[in-house]
Amino acid sequence: MLSIKNLHASVAGKPILKGIDLEVAAGEVHAIMGPNGSGKSTLANVLAGRDFVEVTEGTVTYQGANLLDLEPEERAREGVFLAFQYPVEIPGVSNIYLLKAAVNAIRKHRGAEELDAMGFLKLVREKLKLVEMRDEFLHRSVNEGFSGGEKKRNEILQMAMLEPTLAILDETDSGLDIDALKIVASGVNALRSPERSMIVVTHYQRLLDYIVPDRVHVLAGGKVVRSGDKDLALELEAHGYSWIEKEPAQAAAG
Amino acid sequence: MAKTATELDTLVRREYKEGFYTDIESDTFPPGLDEDVVRALSAKKGEPGFMTEWRLEAFRRWQQLTEPSWAHVHYPKIDFQAISYYSAPKRPEDGPQSLDEVDPKLLETYEKLGIPIEEQKMLAGVAVDAVFDSVSVATTFKKTLSDAGVIFCPISEAVHEHPELVKQYLGSVVPPTDNYYASLNSAVFSDGSFVYVPKGVRCPMELSTYFRINAMNTGQFERTLIIADEGSYVSYLEGCTAPMRDENQLHAAVVELVAMKDAQIKYSTVQNWYPGDEEGRGGIYNFVTKRGACRGENAKISWTQVETGSAITWKYPSVILEGDNSIGEFYSVALTNNMQQADTGTKMVHIGKNTSSTIVSKGISAGRGQQSYRGLVKALKSAENARNYSQCDSLLMGDKCGAHTFPYIEIKNPTATVEHEATTSRIGEDQLFYCRQRGLSEEDAVSMIVNGFCKEVFKELPMEFAVEAQKLLGISLEGAVG
Repeated sequence: MLSIKNLHASVAGKPILKGIDLEVAAGEVHAIMGPNGSGKSTLANVLAGRDFVEVTEGTVTYQGANLLDLEPEERAREGVFLAFQYPVEIPGVSNIYLLKAAVNAIRKHRGAEELDAMGFLKLVREKLKLVEMRDEFLHRSVNEGFSGGEKKRNEILQMAMLEPTLAILDETDSGLDIDALKIVASGVNALRSPERSMIVVTHYQRLLDYIVPDRVHVLAGGKVVRSGDKDLALELEAHGYSWIEKEPAQAAAG
Repeated sequence: MAKTATELDTLVRREYKEGFYTDIESDTFPPGLDEDVVRALSAKKGEPGFMTEWRLEAFRRWQQLTEPSWAHVHYPKIDFQAISYYSAPKRPEDGPQSLDEVDPKLLETYEKLGIPIEEQKMLAGVAVDAVFDSVSVATTFKKTLSDAGVIFCPISEAVHEHPELVKQYLGSVVPPTDNYYASLNSAVFSDGSFVYVPKGVRCPMELSTYFRINAMNTGQFERTLIIADEGSYVSYLEGCTAPMRDENQLHAAVVELVAMKDAQIKYSTVQNWYPGDEEGRGGIYNFVTKRGACRGENAKISWTQVETGSAITWKYPSVILEGDNSIGEFYSVALTNNMQQADTGTKMVHIGKNTSSTIVSKGISAGRGQQSYRGLVKALKSAENARNYSQCDSLLMGDKCGAHTFPYIEIKNPTATVEHEATTSRIGEDQLFYCRQRGLSEEDAVSMIVNGFCKEVFKELPMEFAVEAQKLLGISLEGAVG
């Protein structure tokens, strides 16, 4: 599904990622953890195609093709979805309008017919239940005046509507209270499927109690310093990131 | 600037050279303006004496005025003696002979707006024998209106057919002495629309210049007069969403609206004159005086404008709120891209008691566009409990454009309340990326964000106009980001 090899990337000339290797197979959920500044969000941005991140070395292969060659919208249409850490407000544009435009842009790309108003409404109502949101939510401007929890739920709603092949969740847990976290997590879990891979970027282990990953990778200083199964997250929780930062070589070796 | 001055000069000269040199039969006056020209113009139109006198008075006044320079726009000085003030309707052989001779970029825009080929020709000024079914359309249309008692005709016709109405109302809202360009227009106006809606009549359809087929090529000094008598209602649509090819550089129009007791006038404009190219060469100077008077109680006048064209736009559709409880509204979207400049806004003058006004102005600047909102809210001593709400939002795209706000408030009555809100935001890389990550093309993303920004104004436009205005904004902004 996704194969990242020796990825180096810089932001404003400053190297952030210094040789990332990562293999994500179809249906797998990978968690990327790490302290602030370790490059987690930069990795998410590289995958989505944010242009302020410059890839200086390495390759990213997605479904057999060079992902880095594609424009952000092409990646989206090919099934790459990024749930934003800070979802953006778009005043005057209703949630449902953006959703419909997005769904139809992607359907068109896949050669499917555009959904008509009725078909769309039926689909969106079904998905709303997943994130426990009401109809009126659709008619508010995109993320404008939304609470932190509503913004994140909106990201999951979009993800449910767009049915991505590769979903990247960038600190979706940040700023959420425990109730909102549970709703978001159950929304995500409902979307797990053998055809869909997920990369869950998070600072805290807490989210992984609800979204149980197949693999956990710890990023520090722009490199994957340690990989393991879900227990690695628990170990991190117990020892803190200083455990890895103090003995990066040893930790990586282990 | 010097270079542009020469270019303008050349443009003006080149255009009228033809009129000067061709032949007398061509019916185009040589460039230049004096009393004889005004008289000759009036004679050409076969106008009654009162009109000729009216024009002459305006001309004398104009000579005493100096060109205003307070607007936040820059352009080379206009040589008014280099313009020809009368030109007979365009002859087929003067215009482009086929669409092949028309700027391909213009045609591309027509394609995107989905304009039929015959109509494209008409807009681009290509000679066409008959425009679709326009004659039959116009006929049906005229019958429906006359059955309702509504008068809708060219103002040149109204001067002959309804002189009493013209005498009573022409210049009653924008007097010939009002300002430099209004005086000039009064002296030399070419043609425009005249509307009279009788007492208690709700005009059975939206009136639009589109249906008035003889409105083509009346451009330069257009004059429109709309009168809504007691208890009547009329909605008037001005303009055209496709860019009009027009070789006139200066457009100095005057629009006057009169709403009597309990009457309502809704005036919507989509202005998309040629804006000049990316380097600011060419383009229309759109210097317009638009004003409405709420003459009676509970009268209401709404201006809605979408301004995306012209090299320079300079206008302030205003409402004089004389009648008690009368209402004035101004909803505006102005867009400046490339080298376009706009200094636009409104004036709301509260005279009657309990009068209220609403101003919603949305300015979008892209490229090297410069835009100013200039608005006056004035409450006279008599304007007990006057209320105004103003909201001015600016959206910037890129870092070479500018947005400026000049609100003026003059309140003479202590019971008046005035609210003013202003915001300036930049169309974010973040917003664009967010939309693209959801699968939208960059173009669609820009168009969606801008339309969201303008939503409050678009909802005031008649439905089909709103749809076209949205499309138009998208097209006008192509290439503005990224």
